[in-house]
Amino acid sequence: MKKVITLLLGLIMAGSLWAESLTIYSGRNENLIGPLVEKFKSESGIDVHIRYGKTAQMAATILEEGKKSPADVFLAQDAGALGAVSKAGLLQALPEKILAKVATRFKAKNNNWVGISGRAFVVVYNTDKVKPEDLPKTIEGFTAPEFKNRMGWAPGNGSFQAFVTAYRKVHGDAAAESWLKGIDANATKQYPKNTPILAATGKAEIDLGFANHYYLYRFKAEQGEDFPVAIYLIPEGEIGPLVNTAGASILKTARNKAAAEKFINYLLSEDAQKYFAESTYEYALAFPELSDSRLPTLDSIRTPDLDLSDIDDLEGTLILLQKAGIL
Amino acid sequence: MIWKARLSYYKRQVYFNVNSQGANKASWYLILPSALLAASCLLPLAYLGLRAMQADPVVWQILWRPKSLEALWHSLLLTATVTFSSVIVGLTLAWISVRTNIAGRKAWSIILALPLVFPSFVGAYTFIAAFGSHGMIANLLGIEKMPSVYGFWGAFMVLSLFSYPYVFLTVRAALSKMDPNIEEAARTMGKSQGAIFKDIILPQLNPSIQSGALLVALYTLSDFGAVSMLQFDTLTRMIYVQYESSFNRTGAAFLALSLVAITIIILLLNRALRSDRVVKSSASGKIRPPRMLKLGRWKIPALLLCIAILSLGLILPVSVIVYWMLEGINNGEFLYGGFGIITNSVLASILAAIATIAFVIPSSRLQTKYPGKLANFTENAAYLSSALPGIVIALSLVFFSIHALPGFLYQSLAVLVFAYMIHFVPHAMGCLRSSFENIDPNFECAARNLGAKESQVVKSITLPLLKPGVITGAALVFLTCMKELPATLLLAPTGFDTLATRIWSATEEGFFARAATPALCLVLVSGLSIWIILSQEDELLS
Repeated sequence: MKKVITLLLGLIMAGSLWAESLTIYSGRNENLIGPLVEKFKSESGIDVHIRYGKTAQMAATILEEGKKSPADVFLAQDAGALGAVSKAGLLQALPEKILAKVATRFKAKNNNWVGISGRAFVVVYNTDKVKPEDLPKTIEGFTAPEFKNRMGWAPGNGSFQAFVTAYRKVHGDAAAESWLKGIDANATKQYPKNTPILAATGKAEIDLGFANHYYLYRFKAEQGEDFPVAIYLIPEGEIGPLVNTAGASILKTARNKAAAEKFINYLLSEDAQKYFAESTYEYALAFPELSDSRLPTLDSIRTPDLDLSDIDDLEGTLILLQKAGIL
Repeated sequence: MIWKARLSYYKRQVYFNVNSQGANKASWYLILPSALLAASCLLPLAYLGLRAMQADPVVWQILWRPKSLEALWHSLLLTATVTFSSVIVGLTLAWISVRTNIAGRKAWSIILALPLVFPSFVGAYTFIAAFGSHGMIANLLGIEKMPSVYGFWGAFMVLSLFSYPYVFLTVRAALSKMDPNIEEAARTMGKSQGAIFKDIILPQLNPSIQSGALLVALYTLSDFGAVSMLQFDTLTRMIYVQYESSFNRTGAAFLALSLVAITIIILLLNRALRSDRVVKSSASGKIRPPRMLKLGRWKIPALLLCIAILSLGLILPVSVIVYWMLEGINNGEFLYGGFGIITNSVLASILAAIATIAFVIPSSRLQTKYPGKLANFTENAAYLSSALPGIVIALSLVFFSIHALPGFLYQSLAVLVFAYMIHFVPHAMGCLRSSFENIDPNFECAARNLGAKESQVVKSITLPLLKPGVITGAALVFLTCMKELPATLLLAPTGFDTLATRIWSATEEGFFARAATPALCLVLVSGLSIWIILSQEDELLS
């Protein structure tokens, strides 16, 4: 009997050693990253288990799981979620080899996460209703009364809150609050997230809105090139378009560190970066030159002078948004 | 009023019988599962308590401000109005499709339950796509300005349209098994149709209206999909915002506890409205089919009403989904198959329905047959966490299942089914309670007096009389699980996709064309199940 059990245990252990496996929690949508994961699976022979969900809920799940989390890798849509998990002490430092692939402004100071792809938070406008030359040169210009009843935003959305957090870092809470109140005073319509803003701008339900750049190209791919919306990059002022990143991290409790590193390496490879650039219209952070030619180049986007790791104080932004009576 | 005197005599007799039965002690096979169920349903509350205790002072800043009070007011307003309109619509449609000679009565009595199959975020999406400014209707009619769909009215319309079937289904079941003898008696005594409805039928329908209305109220309180799409700030939406933007689990816990407080108020209200004693069926064996009301000049309005609700609640969302599909095909979008994952959805939902019924039968038997402290406790516990948004239930089970269960159970189908069960217990409990209440204890007594063993009584008397309630309850749990999202995302085995998660992941990123196939599959599979279930129920009763 004992022998049989030993044999069985041996077999099970041998089996688990033989099949290298990797568990990923992904806040990144399956439609955006699924094909890449499949490709990695077949190329590396690693058995990948991936759970999809909303970034914030995935982060909350990891926080609840604590040290018992079955996840090896956490992929997030934005730097804030990675910051929150990192603050709880659940992430480990990534190897230099991986970190070196991406510019300093797109990774964590404490080396706990690395940016994979970037998106610019921009102004989108309906080309039938708005001429770009009539748009203000600074973000503050949108508080002018001429924009009353014409704009849309998603103050509950992570991308927007990251933008406000950056604003707070650069100009302080008081200025951020008065900007928010100014936009709100223009009877700006609230949307739950970016896609409805794009749809509403396309239908001229609103003339312009604040959203991530890539949604525009995705709408064009689905609804045709004549979708009447274009991107406006704010040319002046200290706060221009903010480039936020989707990033990857390895949990401290990861059981398969080697496989996890392999996966993140793959996400930063030319192949995968090309995929992001072509299928999701994001900026390829490890190979910026691969980004879609219709986009303004990454270097030409003036981002606020701050580190993305510093804009994980979404909680402070939330309180500010609530104080301003917006959320 | 001779007939009224008779009725009250009849009621008193039943009352006496019920009381004389209560003297027996409940046996372990009722108590044990009831207690287990109650304890399970209290898990989310325990979790919230734990999280709330870690609160730091900043939480109070968040909670005590006008915006929170406004959200509280919005939650109350929306719940009250949606419940009211659902009762009116559900009751009217159930009456028309069960008791009148409307054309296509049988078909209506099934079709009108179908809006239940849509997850509320899909309902809201399609509503905006159709009625939004520059939406499909505006384009069709060439109107520039449409009244805004956002805010209270949009949320009210969408939630009413997609949750009235809760009332429709529970009332429909009660109407079809109602004993026509009492109203016949009243009729022979010269009562008008209106008086019969008010004095005889409505009191008999009361338990089922109450249980349907309770489901609508709890659903509205916990809904996130519709209120977020339609931009109406409720407590549930605030809870999601807490998780979304600050990973603030304590702030969310406090808001969730205030939802529990509202639930308690609703439950108290529900108890108060529940009639003291219920009219029991006096018919032995098969119930005669009730007399059909001739609609006469009401024929056209009744038909128009049914068609209007059908167009808004079924045809509209289905056409929007088909429109997405065609649009995608036009632009060469690859249409995601939804077929492989149908089995996942169906498997998890069926298991949840079976598990729920298995625990709810003993629990509601205990509640109706042995009223007392224990029975009350088990019933209250089952309802307390049912107005919580799915994300709260899901996170609480993440917490408990990873820290208290052996590792292999974490993120297993068993835990997912368990989550579905504690989330949707009320869906089955209302139906089964009213079924048990409608069983005349005289039958069981008679069988016992004739020397039948307890097991024989249960098998040949109780269970057959219970069947319609079991079917409706299981159907409600099944259909609600089919569209459940937050718990499925967090607790299902890794890689276990369902129709609902597929629809969500596609719409979340604006890939409407890819959402079309799984959405149509969901409508077809759920619709087909409603069809089968209701036809079976009708067969049982005829």
